[in-house]
Amino acid sequence: MSCCAAGTESAAEIEALRTEGPSAEEMWLSSRPLGDGLRQVDLIVPGVHCGACIALLEKELPSVKGVDHARVNLSTRRVAVVFGADAAGAGDHPETVLTALGEKLKALGYPAHLPGGADEAADPAMRELLKALAVAGFASMNVMLLSVSVWSGAEAATRDLFHWISALIAAPALIYSGRVFFRSAWGALRHGRANMDVPISLGVGLAYAISLHETITHGEHAYFDASVTLLFFLLAGRTLDHMMREKARSAVRNLVRLSPRGAMVIRDNGARDYLALDEIEPGMRLAIAPGDRVPVDGRVVSGRSDMDFAVVNGESAPQLVEAGSLTPAGTLNLTGSLVLEVTRRARDSFLAEMVAMMEAAESGRAGYRRIADRASAIYAPAVHLLALGTFIGWMMVSGDWRMAMLTAVAVLIITCPCALGLAVPVVQVIAAGRLFENGVMVKDGSAMERLAQADHVVFDKTGTLTRGKPLLINAAAVTQEHLAIAARIARASRHPLSQALAGFDAGGDRLPEFHITETPGDGVEAITDDGDVYRLGRAVFALDGRDAGVERAQDASQVILSKNGAFLDIFLFSDQLRRGAAQAVARLAALGVDAEILSGDREAPVRALAGELGVSAYVAGVRPRGKVDRIKALTAEGRKPLMVGDGLNDAPALSAAHVSMAPASAADVGRMAADFVFLHDSLEAVPLAIEVSRKAGSLIRQNFALAIAYNCIAVPAAVLGHATPLIAALAMSSSSILVVLNSLRLRRKTRVEGFARPAAPEQVSRAAASAPGFGAGV
Amino acid sequence: MNNLIFLIPIALFLGGLGLAAFLWSMKSGQYEDLEGAAWRILDDDDDRPKQD
Repeated sequence: MSCCAAGTESAAEIEALRTEGPSAEEMWLSSRPLGDGLRQVDLIVPGVHCGACIALLEKELPSVKGVDHARVNLSTRRVAVVFGADAAGAGDHPETVLTALGEKLKALGYPAHLPGGADEAADPAMRELLKALAVAGFASMNVMLLSVSVWSGAEAATRDLFHWISALIAAPALIYSGRVFFRSAWGALRHGRANMDVPISLGVGLAYAISLHETITHGEHAYFDASVTLLFFLLAGRTLDHMMREKARSAVRNLVRLSPRGAMVIRDNGARDYLALDEIEPGMRLAIAPGDRVPVDGRVVSGRSDMDFAVVNGESAPQLVEAGSLTPAGTLNLTGSLVLEVTRRARDSFLAEMVAMMEAAESGRAGYRRIADRASAIYAPAVHLLALGTFIGWMMVSGDWRMAMLTAVAVLIITCPCALGLAVPVVQVIAAGRLFENGVMVKDGSAMERLAQADHVVFDKTGTLTRGKPLLINAAAVTQEHLAIAARIARASRHPLSQALAGFDAGGDRLPEFHITETPGDGVEAITDDGDVYRLGRAVFALDGRDAGVERAQDASQVILSKNGAFLDIFLFSDQLRRGAAQAVARLAALGVDAEILSGDREAPVRALAGELGVSAYVAGVRPRGKVDRIKALTAEGRKPLMVGDGLNDAPALSAAHVSMAPASAADVGRMAADFVFLHDSLEAVPLAIEVSRKAGSLIRQNFALAIAYNCIAVPAAVLGHATPLIAALAMSSSSILVVLNSLRLRRKTRVEGFARPAAPEQVSRAAASAPGFGAGV
Repeated sequence: MNNLIFLIPIALFLGGLGLAAFLWSMKSGQYEDLEGAAWRILDDDDDRPKQD
């Protein structure tokens, strides 16, 4: 598959890889002309992880006839392929080129899909911010240099000259770089609100105006340097804030939707039509092939298969379905072909109900207001009143409007929320960076603030506390030869137990050729050229109905290998605890966070797991709505629940919770609903994320305290008229630097944890072989 | 006073050069793939990006 870092690709990504790549027509539609008869198509390739992948793709893709060159972007996991669109040129039709390209990518082990939606273009807001930052940086450096000369005692003529040059540099810089703030301030004012940008715009604008007046009247005090450096610092904070949000968004964008858009309908006369989801009516019959998801709620009419009901109960262990079984929309057919009778329309189906639940839940979180917004709601009016009061006070005392205006502007500049604007984003960017190094991705800064408040954690069981995948637990006990045969046969099946076995297939050609047929719900039969019949599956199937004294392990799923009806070996499987689950629960308790388990699984395994982890609160057999209700009840009690879950069935609860986390192996809907996604295997990411968020929260509060303390000293001086431009510049810069330095301490207070290194898959299975596992049941 | 007539334009020009260089590097897409560059340098092959 891919070259390196086996742990970094998630199950959902692998799942996405299994689905069909984009068709040549789709690629053609999304490509754009470059001129000279060349066209470029951008593809998302989640499998790219390192330099070797880059080199391989960039070397191999151009070997496809008609492809000019390919360029990989590792940050966004994309490859831009440029190909010749001229049918005449190389004698190739563009569609054959694209088909060959898709096959080449698949053959190399990097299946690709097309980026979806219009939000794919390079982020214009980020570019604008960076440009504004660069311009403000240029202007502030030069104006500051000139100001330093003025402060060090230039004679009157030189001073005026320098003021004029400063004014000329500052004016375009303010207009260009200040737009971001002016626009936002204007928007807020028009709606009768005041945000942080209002005092910023007012301070910067007034400072420039009064300085220009000073310059014209040959005055001594000009605040050009203050107004541009202010902009520079604030833009730095704004850019950091934006950068962090963007990172998370691109991760979500790379996800693919797995739900089907239509289904194969069997007409009464036996004809088959592929109809869109909306056109499917109750009573119609649908053909569901192995590997398809069920598009609408239905009842099985004929056929027998194993189905993955994870969307309903979160369990990975498949259930056997036969004629008469109900199949909710979104469940996955694994092994056999089925014919379903539609019972409900797509818009009334189980899946639609889940989506509605998620939308309803989404609004619950909108009530949260970010720390920075809360601070500015108090801060902005206070600053305005202070500046206004200073102006009026000085007018009354001295009656000199110029003097009063200068002092009021000095107050505005001194109180301008420079340090405040940096206080939150710098800490959050550093915290997000630290979390990312530990394999935790953060969607946005407010998620970290909310996580710091979390006081109750609700875990899903399968896939979150456990791996959610069956693992062979007696690999050491079975004969190696039998294991090799079973693994080879198992490669042909989609059943999760088979896939767990198939991982032991060593490749090679020592084994005979098998002719394999799968009996849905029972197992796999393989016939060699010599006429030997191997069977792999349930005891009844493999042993021709004879129960040859095979003792059944209580908690484990089992698969039996037989040769010509004679027992060869038994393979036992069990779901394993996710690495670090016990430690995670212990650390959460130390942090004062209670844990609770909500599972769609049966009572016995949930109780066993809760006992093993030392969690006293658990509820078993919960449907998706039950999870949401539980979260709502917790919120109503005034608690701040953190939901950790992975399955489709957890998605509504993930969006209903105050804050949520999902493993990277989660279903894509779950990952989108969650605020945090942890990429590595270990569950210790959960307490780590809480710790880092809490430390970040305390640092943000410290930063606010620093900024306020600085204001307490500087503001009285400014109000009394003692603030010269030199003092304003010094105070402003030093407080910003202090805040940034304080934020950097977070890097020392948190560390990269050892668990961040993913274990190689073989080690995992070997470790699992020796450790008694936790049973998933069948 | 006289030398200022030279020095200030020179200082501004140099600063402007830096600004222009930054804007150019951004426009030419040098910040598009920050992670990939670190890996590419380890690759011995001829890896000049083609014009696109």
